[in-house]
Amino acid sequence: MSVPLEHDYIGLSDASSLERSSESSNISSDNETNNVFNLKATELSLGLPGFSKTCQENATKVGPIFKTGAKRGFSHVNLAGSAKWGLTSGSESVMSKDFNGVFEKNITSSLDVKPVEDKKKGLVNINGSPPPSAKAQVVGWPPIRSFRKNTMANNSSKNGDVAEGNSGSGGCLFVKVSMDGAPYLRKIDLKTYHNYAELSKALEKMFSCFTLGHCTSNGIKGREGLSESNLKDLLHGSECVLTYEDKDGDWMLVGDVPWEMFIDSCKRLRIMKGSEAIGLAPRSTEKCKNMV
Amino acid sequence: MLQVFEARLFELVTGEIGSELVAGRIVMAISFREEVLEHSWYAIEWWCQRRIFIGNCYVVSLAMKIRRFPEVRSVELKWKPHFADFNLVPDGWGGYFYPWICEMARVYPLLEEIKLKRMVVTDECLELISKSFKNFKVLVLSSCEGFSTDGLAAIAANCRHCCMLFASWNLRELDLRESEVEDLSGHWLSHFPDSCTSLQSLNMSCLASEVNFSALQRLIARSPNLKTLRLNRAVPLEKLSTLLHRAPQLVELGTGAYSAEIRPNVYSNLAEAFSRCKELMGLSGFWDVVPSYLPAIYSVCSRLTSLNLSYATIQSPDVTKIVTQCPNLQSLSVLDYIEDAGLHALSLSCKDLRELRVFPSDPFVADANVSLTEQGLVAVSEGCLKLQSVLYFCRQMSNAALTTIAKNRPNLNCFRLCILEPRAPDYLTLEPLDNGFGAIVDHCKQLQRLSLSGLLTDLVFEYIGNRAKKLEMLSIAFAGDSDMGLHHVLSGCDSLRKLEIRDCPFGDKALLDNVSKLETMRSLWMSSCSVSLGACKRLSQKMPRLNVEVIDEQGDLDSRSDNSPVEKLYVYRTVAGPRLDMPSFIRNMDQNPTCRRYSLEKLFSE
Repeated sequence: MSVPLEHDYIGLSDASSLERSSESSNISSDNETNNVFNLKATELSLGLPGFSKTCQENATKVGPIFKTGAKRGFSHVNLAGSAKWGLTSGSESVMSKDFNGVFEKNITSSLDVKPVEDKKKGLVNINGSPPPSAKAQVVGWPPIRSFRKNTMANNSSKNGDVAEGNSGSGGCLFVKVSMDGAPYLRKIDLKTYHNYAELSKALEKMFSCFTLGHCTSNGIKGREGLSESNLKDLLHGSECVLTYEDKDGDWMLVGDVPWEMFIDSCKRLRIMKGSEAIGLAPRSTEKCKNMV
Repeated sequence: MLQVFEARLFELVTGEIGSELVAGRIVMAISFREEVLEHSWYAIEWWCQRRIFIGNCYVVSLAMKIRRFPEVRSVELKWKPHFADFNLVPDGWGGYFYPWICEMARVYPLLEEIKLKRMVVTDECLELISKSFKNFKVLVLSSCEGFSTDGLAAIAANCRHCCMLFASWNLRELDLRESEVEDLSGHWLSHFPDSCTSLQSLNMSCLASEVNFSALQRLIARSPNLKTLRLNRAVPLEKLSTLLHRAPQLVELGTGAYSAEIRPNVYSNLAEAFSRCKELMGLSGFWDVVPSYLPAIYSVCSRLTSLNLSYATIQSPDVTKIVTQCPNLQSLSVLDYIEDAGLHALSLSCKDLRELRVFPSDPFVADANVSLTEQGLVAVSEGCLKLQSVLYFCRQMSNAALTTIAKNRPNLNCFRLCILEPRAPDYLTLEPLDNGFGAIVDHCKQLQRLSLSGLLTDLVFEYIGNRAKKLEMLSIAFAGDSDMGLHHVLSGCDSLRKLEIRDCPFGDKALLDNVSKLETMRSLWMSSCSVSLGACKRLSQKMPRLNVEVIDEQGDLDSRSDNSPVEKLYVYRTVAGPRLDMPSFIRNMDQNPTCRRYSLEKLFSE
């Protein structure tokens, strides 16, 4: 029987335990192990995969990062091997292909059995402070249909609530993304991005399998304000143009308006390619220069 | 032998109509005008995309039987897994209706009803429907996607070519419940011709665009049999009374936006219009509610059996005031704004309540400032003796409360609890909620559907396996410690049909130890668990009558080692082998797929 696996809050499972499980074939009723993994299960783990002991200390610090980046683009979690971070809309449980010793080490360190009470109290407040008011969103949790989520999101914006950042203020904004020539569409949640850079990177990764290597990421690390270059690369390198349909039904070029305005009016996205795009690309380059 | 098999299928099918289903089941209802003695409907269950494989299964002769009765009247197809509702099933998964409608258009000319759930339906499909069936009456698209209002226009207009043959137009029901429609404009509604007078049910609540109001008004005015009307948000409240005046016979009404400037004449018109609706028993809609307008519905409250306020962002006093005026209420959907106080009042006023659904107003914050706890549900379980079905989102729960609820309401048949925080323990004792859910399955012996949440160990699954003998559908998330959890469920739950699991440490051994169980079930969904690719292959090898589909969006399944975990696994029984509409990121683990390739033409031919 497999060793109990721990899953952190965002549903990433520890695959190194899986590998261990294939070696041991007896059902583990080892109390200590069970207790430990129960303890792990009770932890409100706000950390990214690979963080275990450290995540508690860093919880409050990690909070904002977790809100924005945890589901996609773990660029600062170093995994050895060619872990391909397939960014997907439907599957947010990103699983790394090759599991290195990072996970092993973290499991080992978490085997320090702390008194049950303390650990469990940690659930209620981490580091003595109340949990952050906004949470990161696990895909598909809580189990609420998109129709309802979108309706409630519309409600809060109608009530004039000021959005507290793009995530965690409630609701989400799934829009369809199509790419000319691709056999199927994708969906992304615009509220998980904060600027055009993040969006373009995510789209690039999502559709890379369709672009025959034309859309390449230059591996630009997350510096602020690099949306211009990223988008330019996306546009230039591949003769792709990213457009969106706004509330009036018009197709607009992505990048002209401030981010907040964009996500407010964007209904769907379309990556144009080929001859349609060529005519637009030069113009968009100029626009890029004006982008914040 | 065949008769027994058919009888068994009939039983299976009729037992499931009305519940949510997965794995692409077709229910074909054939109307036998003279031959059937007991029933006028004879429901036969088919698996998705079956191939006629001569000699291999009884359904061959069933197909032949159907072929001799090209009088199929009603088709109901349900496709994607339930978890597709929560974005866990990637786009492109499958479930395309087009190949089906092409075949049906060819061989079932008398088709009257099409009901689809979680399928991809394009405008071409809708156009084909509109042109192919002269008696077409009922279209229900539940949680479907892929079509636009252009397709709806085709449906609305479809009598154009047949109005020469028939005096009146046929469409009886157009129900788009919670489908995702590409909303190009509201013009589609204007395509209903003047000769269309047969409409009984229209549900367009999922559409955003404004429809032409006078077209809507005229349509309603010439539909004397209209019983169900669910408007969309864009229909303004000021105009609702106009519509109601033309349809006082309505049984179910879904309002549009329930807000307007406070004007006395608008209010009095509305109140008066409602008071004329003597048949009204169900109300829904209520987007953007302005509380001052709520009393306009008081005149119908005493008759209401069904009330859906789950989009109404009104506070506890306003909600409470309404529900306490509905003594005949059987089904209530609300937001957690109702709070414990409102639920307590509900438990005292609505003694006929059968179904309660409480949705979270703000699910993504830790502390929503809404005083809804487990006590609300306890109160309802005490006061509402007929309560059978519960869907409850909350932020805290205790074993004591669950045990109380179980003891109060042993007649529960559906219990879905969603504690918003994954793995939240009993908030009083900080223990797992194993005993609480154990009490539920212990006392509620008729429980058919259960959704778990909170902190749970393998123990709860032992309870479920031992006690939940009537359980048909089980949903599990962020629970359990080990494979034993899954093993308990698969080996113990005799009636289990559908099992959906996410983010649990369940793996290979439990799956492979219980392969034969999987063939007695409709389907199994596991995502973010610990199942390895190798186990999926072995499962497929052992069970050739199962489709073992591995979904992996990283796109390199072929080069992965057998030890690597799969992202998502979907297993369902089939007699026809792999389906043909899988995208590249889904693989069937069948090692010998060529033996069982099939085509839809074969399905409909002999």
